[in-house]
Amino acid sequence: MTGLSLWLRYARASLAGQVRYPGAFLLQLAGHFATTLMAFAGIWILFHRFGTLHGWTVGQVALFYGLVNIEFAVAEMVGRGFEIFGDAFLRTGEFDRILLRPRWTVLQILGHEVRLRPLARLAQGDAVLALGLAATPVRPALFTVPMLAWTVGGGVAFFLGVLIGQAALSFRTLESLEIANVLTYGGVEAGQYPFDLYAGWFRVLMTWIVPLGAVTYYPVLAILDRPGTPPPALAPLAPGLGFVFLGAMLLYWHRAVRRHASSGS
Amino acid sequence: MTAYLSAFRARWQVTLQYRAAALAGIVTQIWWGAINIMVYAAFYDGAHPAPLNLNQTISYVWIMQGTLALMPWGCDPDIADAVRSGAMAHDLLRPVDPWWWWFCRAAARILGRLVPRALLMAGFAGIVLPLAGLDDWALHPPPAPADAALFAASIVLGLVLSACITVLLNVATVRTLSPLGANAVITPLSLILSGNMLPLALFPAAAQHVLLLQPFAGLGDLPCRFWLGTLQGPWAAAALAQQIAWIVALTWGGRLALRRTLWRLEVQGG
Repeated sequence: MTGLSLWLRYARASLAGQVRYPGAFLLQLAGHFATTLMAFAGIWILFHRFGTLHGWTVGQVALFYGLVNIEFAVAEMVGRGFEIFGDAFLRTGEFDRILLRPRWTVLQILGHEVRLRPLARLAQGDAVLALGLAATPVRPALFTVPMLAWTVGGGVAFFLGVLIGQAALSFRTLESLEIANVLTYGGVEAGQYPFDLYAGWFRVLMTWIVPLGAVTYYPVLAILDRPGTPPPALAPLAPGLGFVFLGAMLLYWHRAVRRHASSGS
Repeated sequence: MTAYLSAFRARWQVTLQYRAAALAGIVTQIWWGAINIMVYAAFYDGAHPAPLNLNQTISYVWIMQGTLALMPWGCDPDIADAVRSGAMAHDLLRPVDPWWWWFCRAAARILGRLVPRALLMAGFAGIVLPLAGLDDWALHPPPAPADAALFAASIVLGLVLSACITVLLNVATVRTLSPLGANAVITPLSLILSGNMLPLALFPAAAQHVLLLQPFAGLGDLPCRFWLGTLQGPWAAAALAQQIAWIVALTWGGRLALRRTLWRLEVQGG
Protein backbone atom coordinates (compact mmCIF):
# COMPACT_ATOMS: atom_id res chain seq x y z
CA MET A 1 0.00 0.00 0.00
CA THR A 2 1.38 3.43 -0.88
CA GLY A 3 1.83 6.11 1.74
CA LEU A 4 -1.02 8.16 0.38
CA SER A 5 -3.61 5.41 0.41
CA LEU A 6 -2.53 4.42 3.90
CA TRP A 7 -2.99 8.00 5.04
CA LEU A 8 -6.40 8.13 3.35
CA ARG A 9 -7.42 5.07 5.30
CA TYR A 10 -6.27 6.65 8.55
CA ALA A 11 -8.18 9.79 7.62
CA ARG A 12 -11.38 7.95 6.85
CA ALA A 13 -11.35 6.20 10.23
CA SER A 14 -10.71 9.47 12.04
CA LEU A 15 -13.46 11.34 10.19
CA ALA A 16 -16.01 8.60 10.78
CA GLY A 17 -15.38 8.86 14.52
CA GLN A 18 -15.87 12.60 14.61
CA VAL A 19 -19.21 12.72 12.81
CA ARG A 20 -20.60 9.97 15.01
CA TYR A 21 -22.59 12.62 16.92
CA PRO A 22 -23.57 14.93 14.06
CA GLY A 23 -25.68 17.33 16.12
CA ALA A 24 -22.99 18.04 18.69
CA PHE A 25 -20.40 18.21 15.93
CA LEU A 26 -22.30 20.83 13.93
CA LEU A 27 -22.96 22.91 17.04
CA GLN A 28 -19.28 22.88 17.91
CA LEU A 29 -18.40 23.87 14.36
CA ALA A 30 -20.91 26.72 14.33
CA GLY A 31 -19.62 28.01 17.66
CA HIS A 32 -16.03 27.86 16.48
CA PHE A 33 -16.96 29.66 13.26
CA ALA A 34 -18.65 32.47 15.15
CA THR A 35 -15.77 32.91 17.58
CA THR A 36 -13.02 32.97 14.96
CA LEU A 37 -15.04 35.47 12.97
CA MET A 38 -15.02 37.72 16.05
CA ALA A 39 -11.33 38.32 15.47
CA PHE A 40 -12.09 39.87 12.11
CA ALA A 41 -14.89 41.89 13.69
CA GLY A 42 -12.19 43.30 16.01
CA ILE A 43 -10.11 44.42 13.03
CA TRP A 44 -13.18 45.92 11.42
CA ILE A 45 -13.96 47.88 14.59
CA LEU A 46 -10.42 49.27 14.63
CA PHE A 47 -10.74 50.40 11.01
CA HIS A 48 -14.14 51.89 11.82
CA ARG A 49 -12.53 53.87 14.64
CA PHE A 50 -9.24 54.92 13.00
CA GLY A 51 -10.09 54.93 9.29
CA THR A 52 -6.79 53.65 7.94
CA LEU A 53 -3.77 51.56 8.88
CA HIS A 54 -0.50 52.88 7.42
CA GLY A 55 -2.26 53.40 4.12
CA TRP A 56 -3.78 49.91 4.02
CA THR A 57 -7.52 49.44 3.57
CA VAL A 58 -9.68 46.93 5.43
CA GLY A 59 -10.13 45.02 2.15
CA GLN A 60 -6.37 44.58 1.77
CA VAL A 61 -5.96 43.50 5.38
CA ALA A 62 -8.73 40.95 4.71
CA LEU A 63 -6.38 39.28 2.20
CA PHE A 64 -3.70 38.79 4.89
CA TYR A 65 -6.27 37.68 7.41
CA GLY A 66 -7.96 35.20 5.08
CA LEU A 67 -4.71 33.67 3.83
CA VAL A 68 -3.09 33.10 7.21
CA ASN A 69 -6.27 31.59 8.64
CA ILE A 70 -6.67 29.20 5.71
CA GLU A 71 -3.02 28.14 5.96
CA PHE A 72 -3.18 27.51 9.70
CA ALA A 73 -6.55 25.74 9.51
CA VAL A 74 -5.33 23.18 6.96
CA ALA A 75 -2.10 22.56 8.89
CA GLU A 76 -4.08 22.14 12.11
CA MET A 77 -6.42 19.64 10.47
CA VAL A 78 -3.67 17.26 9.34
CA GLY A 79 -0.98 18.08 11.95
CA ARG A 80 -3.01 17.48 15.10
CA GLY A 81 -0.92 14.43 16.01
CA PHE A 82 2.22 16.58 16.19
CA GLU A 83 0.46 19.26 18.21
CA ILE A 84 -0.33 16.80 21.03
CA PHE A 85 2.74 14.64 20.42
CA GLY A 86 4.47 15.10 23.80
CA ASP A 87 1.41 14.29 25.90
CA ALA A 88 -0.25 11.73 23.65
CA PHE A 89 2.72 9.80 22.24
CA LEU A 90 5.89 10.35 24.23
CA ARG A 91 4.75 10.36 27.81
CA THR A 92 2.49 7.37 27.26
CA GLY A 93 5.13 5.33 25.42
CA GLU A 94 2.76 5.16 22.45
CA PHE A 95 5.58 6.37 20.19
CA ASP A 96 7.49 3.11 20.74
CA ARG A 97 4.66 1.24 19.08
CA ILE A 98 4.85 3.59 16.14
CA LEU A 99 8.57 2.90 15.83
CA LEU A 100 7.85 -0.83 15.62
CA ARG A 101 5.68 -0.45 12.55
CA PRO A 102 7.47 -0.57 9.18
CA ARG A 103 6.21 2.81 8.07
CA TRP A 104 7.48 6.40 8.12
CA THR A 105 6.89 7.91 11.58
CA VAL A 106 5.73 11.22 10.12
CA LEU A 107 3.06 9.54 8.03
CA GLN A 108 1.71 7.62 11.00
CA ILE A 109 1.48 10.69 13.18
CA LEU A 110 -0.13 12.70 10.40
CA GLY A 111 -2.71 9.93 10.25
CA HIS A 112 -3.32 9.96 13.99
CA GLU A 113 -6.19 12.39 13.65
CA VAL A 114 -7.63 14.40 10.81
CA ARG A 115 -9.35 17.01 12.81
CA LEU A 116 -12.56 18.53 11.51
CA ARG A 117 -12.91 21.38 13.97
CA PRO A 118 -10.53 23.69 12.02
CA LEU A 119 -13.04 23.51 9.16
CA ALA A 120 -14.70 26.43 10.92
CA ARG A 121 -11.52 28.51 10.77
CA LEU A 122 -11.06 27.43 7.16
CA ALA A 123 -14.58 28.52 6.26
CA GLN A 124 -14.20 31.94 7.84
CA GLY A 125 -10.76 32.38 6.27
CA ASP A 126 -12.26 31.60 2.86
CA ALA A 127 -15.14 34.00 3.46
CA VAL A 128 -12.87 36.85 4.55
CA LEU A 129 -10.45 36.21 1.67
CA ALA A 130 -13.35 36.28 -0.82
CA LEU A 131 -14.60 39.55 0.68
CA GLY A 132 -11.11 40.99 0.46
CA LEU A 133 -10.71 39.96 -3.19
CA ALA A 134 -14.09 41.45 -4.01
CA ALA A 135 -13.23 44.75 -2.32
CA THR A 136 -9.66 45.17 -3.56
CA PRO A 137 -8.26 45.57 -7.06
CA VAL A 138 -5.69 42.81 -7.61
CA ARG A 139 -3.68 41.53 -10.57
CA PRO A 140 -5.58 39.47 -13.22
CA ALA A 141 -6.97 36.10 -12.16
CA LEU A 142 -4.49 34.32 -14.40
CA PHE A 143 -1.76 35.44 -12.00
CA THR A 144 -3.71 35.78 -8.75
CA VAL A 145 -5.35 32.35 -8.59
CA PRO A 146 -2.19 30.22 -9.06
CA MET A 147 -0.31 32.62 -6.78
CA LEU A 148 -2.91 32.18 -4.02
CA ALA A 149 -2.76 28.39 -4.35
CA TRP A 150 1.05 28.43 -4.21
CA THR A 151 0.96 30.73 -1.19
CA VAL A 152 -1.51 28.52 0.67
CA GLY A 153 0.72 25.52 -0.10
CA GLY A 154 3.76 27.30 1.31
CA GLY A 155 1.79 28.47 4.33
CA VAL A 156 0.48 24.99 5.14
CA ALA A 157 4.05 23.69 4.84
CA PHE A 158 5.25 26.45 7.18
CA PHE A 159 2.67 25.79 9.91
CA LEU A 160 3.17 22.01 9.59
CA GLY A 161 6.86 22.69 10.04
CA VAL A 162 6.12 24.59 13.25
CA LEU A 163 4.01 21.71 14.60
CA ILE A 164 6.67 19.13 13.68
CA GLY A 165 9.38 21.28 15.27
CA GLN A 166 7.26 21.57 18.41
CA ALA A 167 6.90 17.78 18.54
CA ALA A 168 10.63 17.23 17.93
CA LEU A 169 11.49 19.64 20.75
CA SER A 170 9.27 17.71 23.11
CA PHE A 171 11.66 14.74 22.89
CA ARG A 172 13.72 16.80 25.34
CA THR A 173 10.92 17.89 27.65
CA LEU A 174 8.49 14.95 27.39
CA GLU A 175 5.51 17.23 27.32
CA SER A 176 3.71 19.27 24.70
CA LEU A 177 5.30 22.68 24.64
CA GLU A 178 2.79 25.48 24.98
CA ILE A 179 5.52 27.90 24.04
CA ALA A 180 4.96 26.86 20.42
CA ASN A 181 1.68 28.78 20.64
CA VAL A 182 3.85 31.83 20.02
CA LEU A 183 4.36 30.63 16.45
CA THR A 184 1.02 28.89 15.82
CA TYR A 185 -1.72 31.08 17.28
CA GLY A 186 0.73 33.95 17.64
CA GLY A 187 1.74 33.44 14.02
CA VAL A 188 -1.86 33.70 12.91
CA GLU A 189 -2.24 36.87 14.98
CA ALA A 190 0.90 38.42 13.49
CA GLY A 191 0.21 37.27 9.93
CA GLN A 192 -3.20 38.98 9.91
CA TYR A 193 -1.59 42.38 9.46
CA PRO A 194 0.78 43.77 6.84
CA PHE A 195 4.36 43.32 8.01
CA ASP A 196 5.44 46.89 7.27
CA LEU A 197 3.78 48.08 10.48
CA TYR A 198 5.99 45.87 12.66
CA ALA A 199 9.38 46.83 14.09
CA GLY A 200 12.43 45.96 11.98
CA TRP A 201 13.76 43.18 14.25
CA PHE A 202 10.36 41.50 14.26
CA ARG A 203 10.09 41.64 10.48
CA VAL A 204 13.56 40.15 9.95
CA LEU A 205 12.98 37.42 12.54
CA MET A 206 9.57 36.48 11.14
CA THR A 207 10.72 36.42 7.52
CA TRP A 208 14.23 34.98 7.49
CA ILE A 209 14.42 32.79 10.61
CA VAL A 210 10.75 31.84 10.81
CA PRO A 211 9.36 32.49 7.34
CA LEU A 212 5.85 33.59 8.32
CA GLY A 213 6.11 36.79 6.29
CA ALA A 214 7.17 34.77 3.25
CA VAL A 215 3.82 32.97 3.20
CA THR A 216 1.61 35.97 4.03
CA TYR A 217 3.00 39.45 3.49
CA TYR A 218 5.25 39.15 0.43
CA PRO A 219 2.87 37.05 -1.71
CA VAL A 220 0.07 39.53 -1.04
CA LEU A 221 2.37 42.35 -2.13
CA ALA A 222 2.78 40.45 -5.40
CA ILE A 223 -0.97 39.97 -5.79
CA LEU A 224 -1.61 43.64 -5.13
CA ASP A 225 1.30 44.60 -7.38
CA ARG A 226 2.37 46.93 -4.63
CA PRO A 227 5.93 48.18 -4.52
CA GLY A 228 7.96 47.06 -1.55
CA THR A 229 11.16 45.29 -0.64
CA PRO A 230 11.79 42.87 -2.31
CA PRO A 231 10.32 44.10 -5.63
CA PRO A 232 7.06 42.38 -6.68
CA ALA A 233 8.93 40.50 -9.38
CA LEU A 234 10.76 38.47 -6.70
CA ALA A 235 7.86 38.19 -4.23
CA PRO A 236 6.20 35.23 -6.05
CA LEU A 237 9.17 33.10 -5.00
CA ALA A 238 8.63 33.82 -1.29
CA PRO A 239 6.23 30.93 -0.42
CA GLY A 240 9.05 28.53 -1.31
CA LEU A 241 10.63 29.47 2.02
CA GLY A 242 7.70 27.73 3.74
CA PHE A 243 8.73 24.45 2.12
CA VAL A 244 12.38 25.05 3.03
CA PHE A 245 11.30 25.55 6.64
CA LEU A 246 9.27 22.33 6.58
CA GLY A 247 12.30 20.47 5.18
CA ALA A 248 14.54 21.80 7.95
CA MET A 249 12.03 20.79 10.61
CA LEU A 250 11.74 17.28 9.11
CA LEU A 251 15.52 16.91 9.31
CA TYR A 252 15.40 18.05 12.92
CA TRP A 253 12.61 15.55 13.60
CA HIS A 254 14.68 12.68 12.19
CA ARG A 255 17.67 13.60 14.30
CA ALA A 256 15.47 13.74 17.38
CA VAL A 257 13.87 10.35 16.60
CA ARG A 258 17.29 8.73 16.16
CA ARG A 259 18.37 9.91 19.61
CA HIS A 260 15.10 8.92 21.25
CA ALA A 261 15.26 6.71 24.32
CA SER A 262 11.83 5.60 25.44
CA SER A 263 10.17 7.09 28.48
CA GLY A 264 7.76 4.19 28.96
CA SER A 265 8.14 1.44 31.50
CA MET B 1 -15.28 27.28 57.72
CA THR B 2 -11.97 25.42 58.08
CA ALA B 3 -13.09 23.02 55.35
CA TYR B 4 -13.45 25.88 52.88
CA LEU B 5 -10.16 27.43 53.94
CA SER B 6 -8.28 24.19 53.50
CA ALA B 7 -9.88 23.64 50.09
CA PHE B 8 -8.67 27.10 49.17
CA ARG B 9 -5.17 26.54 50.53
CA ALA B 10 -4.72 23.13 48.88
CA ARG B 11 -5.84 24.39 45.51
CA TRP B 12 -3.65 27.50 45.75
CA GLN B 13 -0.57 25.43 46.56
CA VAL B 14 -1.21 22.94 43.77
CA THR B 15 -1.64 25.72 41.23
CA LEU B 16 1.55 27.48 42.29
CA GLN B 17 3.53 24.31 41.53
CA TYR B 18 3.21 24.80 37.78
CA ARG B 19 6.19 27.13 37.38
CA ALA B 20 7.12 26.06 33.86
CA ALA B 21 3.54 26.65 32.75
CA ALA B 22 3.58 30.14 34.26
CA LEU B 23 6.86 30.93 32.51
CA ALA B 24 5.66 29.61 29.15
CA GLY B 25 2.42 31.53 29.64
CA ILE B 26 4.22 34.79 30.31
CA VAL B 27 6.45 34.44 27.23
CA THR B 28 3.35 33.87 25.10
CA GLN B 29 1.61 36.87 26.69
CA ILE B 30 4.62 39.14 26.10
CA TRP B 31 4.78 38.09 22.46
CA TRP B 32 1.06 38.62 22.07
CA GLY B 33 1.27 42.00 23.77
CA ALA B 34 4.15 43.09 21.54
CA ILE B 35 2.24 42.24 18.36
CA ASN B 36 -0.87 44.01 19.61
CA ILE B 37 1.07 47.10 20.59
CA MET B 38 2.75 47.39 17.19
CA VAL B 39 -0.67 47.09 15.54
CA TYR B 40 -2.22 49.75 17.80
CA ALA B 41 0.75 52.04 17.25
CA ALA B 42 0.20 51.76 13.49
CA PHE B 43 -3.51 52.53 13.84
CA TYR B 44 -2.83 55.53 16.10
CA ASP B 45 -0.39 56.84 13.51
CA GLY B 46 -3.36 57.98 11.45
CA ALA B 47 -3.91 60.69 14.11
CA HIS B 48 -7.65 60.18 14.41
CA PRO B 49 -8.68 61.19 17.93
CA ALA B 50 -9.61 58.20 20.10
CA PRO B 51 -11.04 57.89 23.63
CA LEU B 52 -7.71 56.44 24.83
CA ASN B 53 -4.33 57.77 23.78
CA LEU B 54 -1.61 55.41 22.60
CA ASN B 55 0.24 55.30 25.93
CA GLN B 56 -2.98 54.40 27.72
CA THR B 57 -3.76 51.70 25.17
CA ILE B 58 -0.28 50.21 25.63
CA SER B 59 -0.71 50.10 29.42
CA TYR B 60 -4.15 48.57 28.84
CA VAL B 61 -2.65 45.82 26.66
CA TRP B 62 0.00 44.93 29.26
CA ILE B 63 -2.52 44.86 32.12
CA MET B 64 -4.82 42.64 30.07
CA GLN B 65 -1.99 40.26 29.17
CA GLY B 66 -0.79 40.18 32.79
CA THR B 67 -4.24 39.44 34.21
CA LEU B 68 -5.25 36.89 31.59
CA ALA B 69 -5.61 34.29 34.37
CA LEU B 70 -8.58 36.30 35.64
CA MET B 71 -10.69 35.05 32.73
CA PRO B 72 -13.08 32.21 33.57
CA TRP B 73 -11.45 29.70 31.23
CA GLY B 74 -14.03 27.01 31.83
CA CYS B 75 -15.36 24.43 34.20
CA ASP B 76 -13.07 23.21 37.02
CA PRO B 77 -11.27 20.23 35.36
CA ASP B 78 -11.50 18.09 38.51
CA ILE B 79 -15.27 18.63 38.66
CA ALA B 80 -15.56 17.72 34.97
CA ASP B 81 -13.66 14.50 35.71
CA ALA B 82 -15.91 13.76 38.67
CA VAL B 83 -18.98 14.27 36.50
CA ARG B 84 -17.62 11.98 33.81
CA SER B 85 -16.62 9.19 36.18
CA GLY B 86 -19.63 9.45 38.45
CA ALA B 87 -17.45 10.43 41.43
CA MET B 88 -19.81 13.39 41.67
CA ALA B 89 -22.10 11.32 43.88
CA HIS B 90 -19.21 10.83 46.27
CA ASP B 91 -18.38 14.55 46.30
CA LEU B 92 -21.94 15.44 47.26
CA LEU B 93 -21.68 13.32 50.41
CA ARG B 94 -19.24 15.81 51.94
CA PRO B 95 -20.79 17.83 54.78
CA VAL B 96 -20.13 21.12 52.99
CA ASP B 97 -22.15 23.46 50.84
CA PRO B 98 -21.14 22.58 47.26
CA TRP B 99 -21.49 26.16 46.03
CA TRP B 100 -19.00 27.49 48.58
CA TRP B 101 -16.75 24.48 48.13
CA TRP B 102 -16.55 25.05 44.39
CA PHE B 103 -16.24 28.79 44.84
CA CYS B 104 -13.20 28.40 47.12
CA ARG B 105 -11.54 25.99 44.71
CA ALA B 106 -12.17 28.30 41.75
CA ALA B 107 -10.96 31.42 43.56
CA ALA B 108 -7.79 29.68 44.75
CA ARG B 109 -7.00 28.37 41.29
CA ILE B 110 -7.48 31.77 39.68
CA LEU B 111 -5.37 33.44 42.37
CA GLY B 112 -2.63 30.83 42.03
CA ARG B 113 -2.46 31.35 38.29
CA LEU B 114 -2.82 35.11 38.52
CA VAL B 115 -0.20 36.08 41.11
CA PRO B 116 2.99 34.70 39.48
CA ARG B 117 1.95 35.76 35.99
CA ALA B 118 0.87 39.25 36.99
CA LEU B 119 4.09 39.84 38.97
CA LEU B 120 6.27 38.63 36.09
CA MET B 121 4.37 40.78 33.62
CA ALA B 122 4.54 43.85 35.88
CA GLY B 123 8.28 43.28 36.22
CA PHE B 124 8.76 42.95 32.48
CA ALA B 125 6.46 45.67 31.19
CA GLY B 126 6.81 48.08 34.13
CA ILE B 127 10.51 47.74 35.03
CA VAL B 128 12.54 45.90 32.36
CA LEU B 129 11.13 47.78 29.38
CA PRO B 130 11.77 51.29 30.81
CA LEU B 131 15.27 50.23 31.92
CA ALA B 132 15.95 48.96 28.40
CA GLY B 133 15.12 52.40 27.08
CA LEU B 134 11.77 51.32 25.62
CA ASP B 135 9.72 53.72 27.71
CA ASP B 136 7.27 54.27 24.85
CA TRP B 137 6.32 50.61 24.96
CA ALA B 138 6.17 50.26 28.73
CA LEU B 139 3.42 49.86 31.29
CA HIS B 140 3.04 53.24 32.98
CA PRO B 141 2.04 53.40 36.66
CA PRO B 142 -1.37 54.78 37.67
CA PRO B 143 -1.49 58.59 37.91
CA ALA B 144 -2.29 58.68 41.67
CA PRO B 145 -1.98 56.29 44.64
CA ALA B 146 -5.77 56.37 44.99
CA ASP B 147 -6.11 54.97 41.47
CA ALA B 148 -3.74 52.13 42.35
CA ALA B 149 -5.81 51.30 45.44
CA LEU B 150 -9.05 51.33 43.43
CA PHE B 151 -7.39 49.13 40.82
CA ALA B 152 -6.45 46.60 43.50
CA ALA B 153 -9.99 46.60 44.89
CA SER B 154 -11.42 46.17 41.42
CA ILE B 155 -9.08 43.25 40.64
CA VAL B 156 -10.20 41.49 43.85
CA LEU B 157 -13.83 41.99 42.81
CA GLY B 158 -12.97 40.71 39.34
CA LEU B 159 -11.48 37.59 40.88
CA VAL B 160 -14.63 36.94 42.93
CA LEU B 161 -16.74 37.55 39.83
CA SER B 162 -14.64 35.13 37.77
CA ALA B 163 -14.96 32.47 40.49
CA CYS B 164 -18.77 32.97 40.51
CA ILE B 165 -18.84 32.43 36.73
CA THR B 166 -16.67 29.32 37.08
CA VAL B 167 -19.14 27.85 39.59
CA LEU B 168 -21.95 28.51 37.11
CA LEU B 169 -19.93 26.61 34.49
CA ASN B 170 -19.52 23.74 36.97
CA VAL B 171 -23.29 23.67 37.41
CA ALA B 172 -23.78 23.65 33.63
CA THR B 173 -21.35 20.73 33.39
CA VAL B 174 -23.20 18.77 36.07
CA ARG B 175 -26.43 19.36 34.23
CA THR B 176 -25.26 18.57 30.67
CA LEU B 177 -22.70 15.92 31.73
CA SER B 178 -19.99 17.47 29.55
CA PRO B 179 -17.84 20.56 30.01
CA LEU B 180 -17.37 21.08 26.25
CA GLY B 181 -20.48 23.15 25.61
CA ALA B 182 -20.01 25.58 28.49
CA ASN B 183 -16.28 25.99 27.82
CA ALA B 184 -16.79 26.62 24.12
CA VAL B 185 -19.11 29.53 24.85
CA ILE B 186 -17.39 31.17 27.80
CA THR B 187 -13.86 31.62 26.46
CA PRO B 188 -14.64 33.79 23.42
CA LEU B 189 -17.39 35.59 25.29
CA SER B 190 -15.10 36.63 28.12
CA LEU B 191 -12.15 37.51 25.87
CA ILE B 192 -14.27 39.85 23.77
CA LEU B 193 -16.56 41.37 26.39
CA SER B 194 -13.85 41.90 29.03
CA GLY B 195 -11.86 44.08 26.65
CA ASN B 196 -9.05 41.56 26.33
CA MET B 197 -9.32 41.42 22.53
CA LEU B 198 -9.84 45.15 22.12
CA PRO B 199 -10.25 47.91 24.74
CA LEU B 200 -13.98 48.40 25.25
CA ALA B 201 -13.55 52.16 24.87
CA LEU B 202 -12.50 51.64 21.24
CA PHE B 203 -15.76 49.88 20.31
CA PRO B 204 -18.32 52.02 18.45
CA ALA B 205 -19.81 54.76 20.61
CA ALA B 206 -23.34 53.37 20.27
CA ALA B 207 -22.38 50.17 22.08
CA GLN B 208 -20.58 51.81 25.02
CA HIS B 209 -23.43 51.79 27.58
CA VAL B 210 -24.27 48.14 27.04
CA LEU B 211 -20.59 47.18 27.13
CA LEU B 212 -20.05 48.91 30.47
CA LEU B 213 -23.10 47.33 32.08
CA GLN B 214 -22.46 43.70 31.14
CA PRO B 215 -20.73 41.49 33.75
CA PHE B 216 -17.55 40.70 31.81
CA ALA B 217 -16.45 44.35 31.90
CA GLY B 218 -15.64 43.73 35.56
CA LEU B 219 -13.05 41.09 34.62
CA GLY B 220 -10.68 43.44 32.89
CA ASP B 221 -11.97 46.66 31.45
CA LEU B 222 -13.10 48.28 34.70
CA PRO B 223 -9.86 47.43 36.57
CA CYS B 224 -7.92 48.84 33.61
CA ARG B 225 -9.91 52.06 33.71
CA PHE B 226 -9.04 52.43 37.40
CA TRP B 227 -5.35 51.91 36.61
CA LEU B 228 -5.46 54.55 33.86
CA GLY B 229 -7.20 56.96 36.22
CA THR B 230 -10.15 57.56 33.90
CA LEU B 231 -12.73 56.69 36.56
CA GLN B 232 -13.10 59.37 39.24
CA GLY B 233 -15.56 60.25 42.01
CA PRO B 234 -19.10 59.02 41.31
CA TRP B 235 -17.97 57.06 38.24
CA ALA B 236 -15.50 55.10 40.36
CA ALA B 237 -18.24 54.30 42.87
CA ALA B 238 -20.58 53.28 40.05
CA ALA B 239 -17.97 50.95 38.54
CA LEU B 240 -17.35 49.20 41.87
CA ALA B 241 -21.11 48.99 42.43
CA GLN B 242 -21.49 47.41 38.97
CA GLN B 243 -19.00 44.70 39.89
CA ILE B 244 -20.62 44.06 43.28
CA ALA B 245 -24.10 43.95 41.74
CA TRP B 246 -23.02 41.27 39.28
CA ILE B 247 -21.31 39.27 42.02
CA VAL B 248 -24.54 39.31 44.05
CA ALA B 249 -26.66 38.43 41.03
CA LEU B 250 -24.40 35.59 39.90
CA THR B 251 -24.14 34.21 43.43
CA TRP B 252 -27.89 34.19 43.82
CA GLY B 253 -28.47 32.77 40.34
CA GLY B 254 -25.70 30.23 40.73
CA ARG B 255 -27.02 28.94 44.05
CA LEU B 256 -30.52 28.68 42.61
CA ALA B 257 -29.30 26.84 39.52
CA LEU B 258 -27.22 24.51 41.67
CA ARG B 259 -30.19 23.66 43.91
CA ARG B 260 -32.38 22.97 40.89
CA THR B 261 -29.71 20.81 39.30
CA LEU B 262 -29.04 18.75 42.41
CA TRP B 263 -32.78 18.31 42.89
CA ARG B 264 -32.88 16.00 39.90
CA LEU B 265 -29.29 14.94 39.50
CA GLU B 266 -28.19 12.33 37.00
CA VAL B 267 -25.00 10.51 37.91
CA GLN B 268 -23.21 8.53 35.29
CA GLY B 269 -20.72 5.74 35.77
CA GLY B 270 -21.11 2.56 37.70
